[in-house]
Amino acid sequence: MSRSCLPLTLDKVSFVASGTALLSDLSLTIAPMRRLIVMGANGAGKSVLLRLCHGLLDPSSGRRIWANGEARAQQQAMVFQRPVLLRRSVAANLDYPLAVAGLSRAARRARVEQTLARFGLERISDQPARQLSGGQQQRLALARAWSVSPQILFLDEPTAALDPYATRVIEEMILQFAEEGITIMMSTHDLGQARRLAQDVAFLHRGQLLEHRPAAEFLEAPQTREARAFLSGDLIW
Amino acid sequence: MDGPFVTALDLILRADSVLMQIIGLSLRVTLSAVAIACLIGLPLGAGLALTRFPGRGAVIVLFNALMGLPPVVAGLAVYLLLSRSGPLGALDLLFTPSAMILAQTVLILPIVVSLTRSVVEDLWTEYGDQLLSLGADRARAMPTLLWDGRVSLLTGVLAGFGRASAEVGAVLIVGGNIAGHTRTMTTAITLETTRGNLDLAIALGIVLLGLTLTLNALAWSIGQWARVQLG
Amino acid sequence: MMMRAFGHVLAFCAAMLTPTTLTAQEWITLSSTTSVENSGLFDHVLPIFTRDTGIEVRVVTQGTGQALETARRGDADVVLVHARELEEQFVAEGYGVARHDVMSNEFVIIGPATDPANLREARTAAEAMRSIAQARLRFVSRGDDSGTHIAEQRLWAEAGIVPVGRQYLSTGSGMGAALNIAVQLDAHVLSDRGTWLSFANRGDHDILFEGDPALFNPYGIILVNPDRHPHVRAAEGRVFIDWMLSPAGQEAIGGFRIGPSRPFIPVRREAR
Repeated sequence: MSRSCLPLTLDKVSFVASGTALLSDLSLTIAPMRRLIVMGANGAGKSVLLRLCHGLLDPSSGRRIWANGEARAQQQAMVFQRPVLLRRSVAANLDYPLAVAGLSRAARRARVEQTLARFGLERISDQPARQLSGGQQQRLALARAWSVSPQILFLDEPTAALDPYATRVIEEMILQFAEEGITIMMSTHDLGQARRLAQDVAFLHRGQLLEHRPAAEFLEAPQTREARAFLSGDLIW
Repeated sequence: MDGPFVTALDLILRADSVLMQIIGLSLRVTLSAVAIACLIGLPLGAGLALTRFPGRGAVIVLFNALMGLPPVVAGLAVYLLLSRSGPLGALDLLFTPSAMILAQTVLILPIVVSLTRSVVEDLWTEYGDQLLSLGADRARAMPTLLWDGRVSLLTGVLAGFGRASAEVGAVLIVGGNIAGHTRTMTTAITLETTRGNLDLAIALGIVLLGLTLTLNALAWSIGQWARVQLG
Repeated sequence: MMMRAFGHVLAFCAAMLTPTTLTAQEWITLSSTTSVENSGLFDHVLPIFTRDTGIEVRVVTQGTGQALETARRGDADVVLVHARELEEQFVAEGYGVARHDVMSNEFVIIGPATDPANLREARTAAEAMRSIAQARLRFVSRGDDSGTHIAEQRLWAEAGIVPVGRQYLSTGSGMGAALNIAVQLDAHVLSDRGTWLSFANRGDHDILFEGDPALFNPYGIILVNPDRHPHVRAAEGRVFIDWMLSPAGQEAIGGFRIGPSRPFIPVRREAR
């Protein structure tokens, strides 16, 4: 294993698309072994921030700095609101990122079996992934993310399309991942979920980072008017 | 019309050797052409879908337009290419099954390329972020998307097969309709009709129709099955 | 890895395109006319030749004009056609080695059996053609520079008629196709006897005029000049031509029958 890619630092990062600034002048350090929840209203820039950290987007200005100096860290993964599973079996979906990473056939098989066992997916390993229920699909997406041994896992509103039971299952998985030492950076607009999962909160408003503090402090005593309004459920524009 | 139909069915049921030979050659030529068109067209279409370069739009328009290329024009082009007086005359391929394969490949390739491009482009819209996230770049994504689009692509490949097996203009010009050598179902139908010899023509027509029906049934069933199985 | 995969693809394509008939058997390409092919003569004669010599003959069937053009381009080894002037021109231009008379048949005028133009009463072919035109009856022309088409144009010229108008249908098709059209449209048509005899879809049509020496239809056989096209299979082509002119070949031609009729007359008297 190479040395840790964390912390990840964003230095005065902006992201502009078609003339609109979706993120402006944002500086943020993502500390290792923490669960960071990104909060904010729809359109605040949560998704863009996660994609930018993950490397799917590049900053229009400013810098994204991994601690080990890589341009794009190898040991990271992302789970989307709607997981895109390949039109293949559950096992083949787990195999895919390992094959992309260049693992040998034997190593892949071992890792896939380990992952199937770890998440109780053995029974459905041959089933077409797209046939699974929404909750199961998201579970598989998390298992796939876990299988590549990420140091940091980005999750973009992973439970927004799920029912309460499936949401619980996913949240438990995320907490387990964190206990295993995986750094979590996740967006949500669900306050209850933030209370259950967050150690730190980053609050975005119109592409600007207004607060970045330990969760307890933020949730009890938000310092900005926008955050207070958001937490009390008021619409602010 | 009672007579020719009865004779035709008899030819089919007896597995008449001339009839079988013609069917065998037709299938060999068309399947080879489909295989070559896929080997070239699938990567080419996927490449067109996933890359951006100057003139890309023109290339896409060209392949779309070539889908409507009249078979006789394709045949004429390949004829001029392979004729002894043409640039590839030394290969001695004119009036051989190989020439027919080449002509039909020219006919099918645009279908495969255009369809592949459109399927892969749509899939990339859906998969792009996820695949990049999993560490696959666009080149690595090509086989992934081709495999995940396999059902849609199969429909297009079958369309190509249908076009090639039904056409007569190209194979007639470059194959020469030589008995026992380059005579396919469609050229034989043409010849036997002009001979006023309708039995064999009808028998071949029935086989061709049956083949087309089977292929379409197959394509439809695979599509249905895939919708259920693959989601 | 990309390059290797590409190599495999190329090798596969090459394998697909390689002729599978690379056997020891020798063969020639014969460019000939629809009137011969449609009559079924080749089905009778060529197996005998192949059995005697081991040389396969691959026949590409076109109108005489196109058949000569194919040979001009070097895409055939031997031509067997029926338009003497064009054949002599072909040889004179250096594309052919020499022209040999090989066989003949005759043209006949086909029309509705009711004979609306009284062709059965006509004394010469030209008179028959004139009757069709004067009665304003339909005539189907091959219109494809074939030997039959050229013969038809000669007959019109002898009759002093310029064939134009709505009743004159230039179809640009082979002999059999033209017969099909004529039968369907109740029209007259000039055909060689062999194709007509072997034609199965005659409807109510019949031979209305025959026997005029002007309807004589000689076939010539020519080896494509290897000086012009070095790849021509000249040796095998010579074997074929010599055989066709030999007693064996001539007897094979004379032995071809459709029902009781002999559609082609070999040039050798003793084979007749």
